[in-house]
Amino acid sequence: MSARAEILAKVREALGADPLEVPVPREYRERGDLKPGSAAVVELLVDRLVDYRAHVHHASAADVADVVATLLADAGTVVVPDGLDASWLGALPAATTVLHDSRSAPQPVEALDAADAVVTAARVACADTGTIVLDGESDQGRRAISLVPDVHVCVVRTAQVVHLLPEAVRLLSAHPARPQTWISGPSATSDIELQRVEGVHGPRTLHVVLLGA
Amino acid sequence: MSTFLGLPTRRRGTPTTDGPLGPVPHPDEPLRWGATFPEAARAALGDAQLRRNLGHATSTIRAKRAAVVGEVSDWEALRDAGSAVKGRVMADLPALLERLEQNVTARGGVVHWARDATEANRIVTEIVQAKGVDEVVKVKSMATQEIGLNEALAEAGIAATETDLAELIVQLADDMPSHILVPAIHRNREEIRRIFLERMGDAPADLTDAPRELAMAARAHLRRKFLAAKVAISGANFGVADTGTLAVVESEGNGRMCLTLPETLITVMGIEKLVPTYDDLEVFLQLLPRSSTGERMNPYTSLWTGVTPGDGPQEFHLVLLDNGRTRALADDVGRAALHCIRCSACLNVCPVYERVGGHAYGSVYPGPIGAVLTPLLTGGAPGEGLGHDDPNASLPYASTLCGACFDACPVKIDIPSLLVHLRAREVDADRDRTVPSGWDAAMRAASVVMADAGRFALAEKAAVVGRVVAGRKGYVRRLPPPLSAWTSSRDLPAPARQTFRDWWRDEHEAPPGGNVLGDGVPGGGTPSTVPDSSAPTSTAPTSSAPTSSAPTSSEDER
Repeated sequence: MSARAEILAKVREALGADPLEVPVPREYRERGDLKPGSAAVVELLVDRLVDYRAHVHHASAADVADVVATLLADAGTVVVPDGLDASWLGALPAATTVLHDSRSAPQPVEALDAADAVVTAARVACADTGTIVLDGESDQGRRAISLVPDVHVCVVRTAQVVHLLPEAVRLLSAHPARPQTWISGPSATSDIELQRVEGVHGPRTLHVVLLGA
Repeated sequence: MSTFLGLPTRRRGTPTTDGPLGPVPHPDEPLRWGATFPEAARAALGDAQLRRNLGHATSTIRAKRAAVVGEVSDWEALRDAGSAVKGRVMADLPALLERLEQNVTARGGVVHWARDATEANRIVTEIVQAKGVDEVVKVKSMATQEIGLNEALAEAGIAATETDLAELIVQLADDMPSHILVPAIHRNREEIRRIFLERMGDAPADLTDAPRELAMAARAHLRRKFLAAKVAISGANFGVADTGTLAVVESEGNGRMCLTLPETLITVMGIEKLVPTYDDLEVFLQLLPRSSTGERMNPYTSLWTGVTPGDGPQEFHLVLLDNGRTRALADDVGRAALHCIRCSACLNVCPVYERVGGHAYGSVYPGPIGAVLTPLLTGGAPGEGLGHDDPNASLPYASTLCGACFDACPVKIDIPSLLVHLRAREVDADRDRTVPSGWDAAMRAASVVMADAGRFALAEKAAVVGRVVAGRKGYVRRLPPPLSAWTSSRDLPAPARQTFRDWWRDEHEAPPGGNVLGDGVPGGGTPSTVPDSSAPTSTAPTSSAPTSSAPTSSEDER
């Protein structure tokens, strides 16, 4: 008998002839009190991000390019996914090298390692937990590009901010097969005496630019 | 007389201290190693440094967890949902496993099934060998700990590098993990500094014991390995049957590195780690981080489904592992232990774990959940006990049954009831033994004494002699055999100076006004402070209790 057949047979035998029906109560909050994109929900997200020691910046369509350029003033090389809104990069100094990356034309990992920063968009943000989700679409890019460079500038549109996690999950479940990265602050460890240290293997600095209407 | 309490004490090999840095040599059986719990616990309790490290770490994480759980108004509703979803997974496991397999395969993954550790290790080794590499990077994973994968790979000439900081500390020290979430919880910063300097090879010579510096040394050490790795091995926190999506929850980014950069990814997952639908993640990704690290959300969670062309590993293998899970499932009470999402909240609140640490449990699954999961996974025939000679049979006794673990469990596993169930299973397994145990003899003797008032009165009087043994401390540390079986695992309070019968006679038959209460109550009042002769029977013992129990209970925060 194959391992597969044997394991499944043992599971069936263990459960007995008629398995139980187990109803799942879902009395938990599926929707928060704060409206998606509202000032209150954005304020809650900021509170969480600051707690994680991410750096938060506010921008409008008019000055987002300036905000991004200020954050990248010291970056010689910047990686961007090829679907990123080009206007966000409009104020970068001419000397900055911009490396475009896509699934069909990926940058080698050595180039990512040598780059100073990465700029991406996001799919959704959950205020309650301070979580930003990237789902690998063309404005967010391959998972590697938001991982290897040491500085991650993530532009989140305030309309993408929801209150509770179930709201974010149900939005993501429209495309469950997309590779997702959930980011809640910069990389961190508490493995030494439970003392939190920010910045281990992922980007040590996370800038979140909240782009209002 | 070692069987006085039905508690196995047979040695499984001699505990050794010959590991170069770690106190624990690598075991042949990751679910059954070291001394029995009572022996190992006694040794651990003598290690003051270990107790300090554990006390500091567990109290820190308990406070963090309490704060972030307290702010969630629907926490109990989330626990109810989490518990029910896991119950449904067990009830519907065959269909869900087939659905997961189908969906992973449809998205370009390859699914393997492994009956036990040997089979899982062979599958993984063959995949790595087929890639022609002799080095792999690993994400922290309980499943691969459980099967001893690193040791199996090493035998095949393949070096597996642990990339989680705590796992790296444990691996460099040639030690064993002592906590599900924070495997190096038994190490303090100075010990970690010494391990890095002696074992890492490229640690800066001026390394201090600041946690930030230690973490940066690990970052530098692992960076090149991540960028060059061809094959990575991970576990999985969740597998979604409906979509074939797998999830790994982590903090440092080492998980993302392993799941993203190499060409080939091998994931080893226990068959119980399923959830039916993608939306079920909304429950568990709220429960897990708050229970585990005491954070609203862990820094990084990765979700992937099979292979995504152009993004991440282009070859993906999923190994579905039984290794005793179907045996645990066959125990219709014990199967609730399979609901565990490995958060480790039960370890951090356990008064036993906090004092003895993880190594005393002799399994990669320590603490309250380990005390039920390990015997269930390693048991004999389905639903039966391990038998008296199996050292894991002592694990269900490694608990005070205080219930803190049940309260902390995010999926509401009733661990105390499972412990009692497993104790009963072991007692039942012992019933057909032909030689009566010390326990049987003691019970029979007690029955003779207690069935007759005269005999019982005599026994009470005899017990008063025990005060001599107890001495000034007021408790007995060791009794001679056969009574030593009792004192081998607990102290015996000194018998009262006066038996209840004597007190009653004095109280009700002595001349009026006689002082009977000061006797037998240390620090008890004089007649002038005891106006009503009947009241002190309740007040005197309580007023003396705090002074006598304070030295042993002062550290217990619960």
